[in-house]
Amino acid sequence: MDFEDSTDEAAFRGRARAFLAANAQLKSEAKPVSRGRHIRAEEIALAKDWQARKYAAGFAGITWPKRWGGLELPPIFTVIYQQEEEAYAVPRGVFEIGLGMCIPTMMAYATPEQLERYVGPALRGEEVWCQLFSEPAGGSDVAALRTKAERDGTDWVINGQKIWTSGAHYCDFGIIVTRSDPTVPKHAGLTFFFLDMKSPGVECRPIKQISGTSQFNEVFFTDVRVPDAQRLGAVGAGWKVSITTLMNERLAIGDVPRPDVTDLVALAKMIDLDGAPAINNSAVRERIAEWHCRTQGLKFTRFRTMTALSRGQTPGPENSIAKVVNASKLQDIASYGLDLMGAAGMVMDDDLAPLHALFQEGLMFSPGLRIAGGTDEILRNIIAERVLNLPGDIRVDKDKAFNQVSHGKR
Amino acid sequence: MNFEFSDDLMQLRDQARRYLAEHCTSKHVRAVLEGEKSYDGALWQGMADMGWLGAAIGEEYGGAGLGHEGLCVLAEEIGRAAAPVPFSSSIYLAAEAVMIAGSEEQKRRLLRGFAAGMHIGTLAWAEGSGNPRVGAFTPRLAGGKLSGVKWPVPDGGSADLCVVAAQNEAGQPILVLADLRAGGVTRTMLETVDPARPQARLVFDGCAAEQLGAAGEGFALLERVLNRAAVLIAFEQIGGASVCLEMATAYAQERYAFGRPIGGYQAIKHKLADVYIANELARSNAYFGAWALQTDAAELPLAAASARVSACEAYHLASKENIQTHGGMGFTWAADCHLYYRRSKLLGLTIGSAGFWKNRVVDALQTSNAA
Repeated sequence: MDFEDSTDEAAFRGRARAFLAANAQLKSEAKPVSRGRHIRAEEIALAKDWQARKYAAGFAGITWPKRWGGLELPPIFTVIYQQEEEAYAVPRGVFEIGLGMCIPTMMAYATPEQLERYVGPALRGEEVWCQLFSEPAGGSDVAALRTKAERDGTDWVINGQKIWTSGAHYCDFGIIVTRSDPTVPKHAGLTFFFLDMKSPGVECRPIKQISGTSQFNEVFFTDVRVPDAQRLGAVGAGWKVSITTLMNERLAIGDVPRPDVTDLVALAKMIDLDGAPAINNSAVRERIAEWHCRTQGLKFTRFRTMTALSRGQTPGPENSIAKVVNASKLQDIASYGLDLMGAAGMVMDDDLAPLHALFQEGLMFSPGLRIAGGTDEILRNIIAERVLNLPGDIRVDKDKAFNQVSHGKR
Repeated sequence: MNFEFSDDLMQLRDQARRYLAEHCTSKHVRAVLEGEKSYDGALWQGMADMGWLGAAIGEEYGGAGLGHEGLCVLAEEIGRAAAPVPFSSSIYLAAEAVMIAGSEEQKRRLLRGFAAGMHIGTLAWAEGSGNPRVGAFTPRLAGGKLSGVKWPVPDGGSADLCVVAAQNEAGQPILVLADLRAGGVTRTMLETVDPARPQARLVFDGCAAEQLGAAGEGFALLERVLNRAAVLIAFEQIGGASVCLEMATAYAQERYAFGRPIGGYQAIKHKLADVYIANELARSNAYFGAWALQTDAAELPLAAASARVSACEAYHLASKENIQTHGGMGFTWAADCHLYYRRSKLLGLTIGSAGFWKNRVVDALQTSNAA
């Protein structure tokens, strides 16, 4: 075993390091940021600028075909770039969905002319994309979505509501899955499109989250016309296309959300517990050790995945544990950090709360992380069914026409 | 990035798994568990003949020179089979202690015997309840004779050489090697949670013993031995935890209740997903431990403690939820679930319990100043 890069990998890592050092600020030198904060207009501008610089320097679309502006390198190089970028406080949260999920779906289903038009601007950070899947009635059971698409000449007319769409209010384009036929079982009646978010009849309303901020939107569709030429995949094949999108979601490797164990160690050194630094207390030490082992376990699990990628193999299923471990760990560390502070733990004032209220923000942000991108429960089902080969759940709606399935009141 | 065992070691793993599937079935484990013998002699001899005992012992000392990554691979298979042999005592503890602390003469004299399985070694640190700590070791070496009490001592009934955490006449901590064949020791077998891996109480009363390593460095040497053993035992633990998950998953696919396999219910699916998660975290931490052990890296204390904490947690979870998934059948003597439940606890205690190692994780974090 070793942690050495191949010659090509080392050269690429060196270029990435030089680029980042010259163009970005280290996280350790920047004010800590939790992921729960609202993205403001000036931050979108910064994110666009950062994406453009990444593209110019050759660190965007690392695995994508050269024809569309990519570098056509194996997936290991994306991981190497992400590893290096993790240490830097660069704008995050604007392009991940578009470049990680929307454009890859386009590449699988759009025409060459459409790709010519859309891939370049997305990769250069000029246009932002969002994904319109979840609905009030279709969360974990996303195929139960109800937004209607009806054929009208060479157009489709879309009516309905999407929810939990990150950044819909500043996105230029979106990919959407709709119900085109309610008389067949739910997976068979879906059709997939991409659309201009500025189309008449599209209305975005921010959702105020428990953290008080708004990262997500409700998006309402009222007689929105989308040309049939913007259909991705066959009529009724929307579920298959959605799977392409979701598979790409699983390839995205997330950074470790903060506050992490390092932050907790820093806090435990600052806080006094019974007349001594909390880090000396054996109960505190046990908890720190447990979270350290989970954090390192995920890090080295990622190394195992990287090893497979580096050898040109398909990684095993081990990385599927990452989000489910990270989300709960974040919530538990944040809550424990507040406990250590005692009554002052409730104070979120940026000047008074240790580490600029990072723990308090984490507490209020972490419930969302356990739900977004697959709930803890859905992810456990996926591990049980796809990794352990346990039977699927009973699905009473599987063979019924969608409009004959009971829907409940919520 | 090359964070996986080499192809050669993967082959060794496959060979070991095939050999143990034939020569170490649950029938073999039960023979020791039920008190027919103190270990499986035929299996022990087989392991010696195949070079497993000397895997990490250098060729110049009669070993196979495969390195510690090779020993890690074997440890996982031994853990999968819950093998009833004194492998961990003789190899991870005694032979490692001689390699760490022994003089060149001691290495030349002793390691060959461990590698060949002629000698069974062990390490005695515990003196009743409590975890290892400086100043806690009371047996005294004076004039080449050791006196004092140690329990529980793994394989203390069958071992002929015993590394003992002791003190010299000046009260300094030392490691000594006691020759249990020479008399001056009374051994009492103890009733334990896992009789397949017997433990003894040893009363030394003028037992012939020689010093291992420098006087005053006894505790530091013991810590080094325990760090190394922690990685190797972690591989036994993840081997056992993997088998528990496989058993539980197979049973959940075959056992029907309310008209369908119980593995189709989320109460079982989510439980087993949690076991999978804990096992993967433990495996990844153990791999880092293997790297640190093989390269004798500065990160070894942190890597070893993290590997041990993760492995203790994973094996405990997997072995108890394996019984739970099997329902009433899992609670019977006839089902094999309890072999792993017993072993998970024994391995979780034998070199100090999880709390001790959690504390060591934070010690190492503070030393390295990098969480």
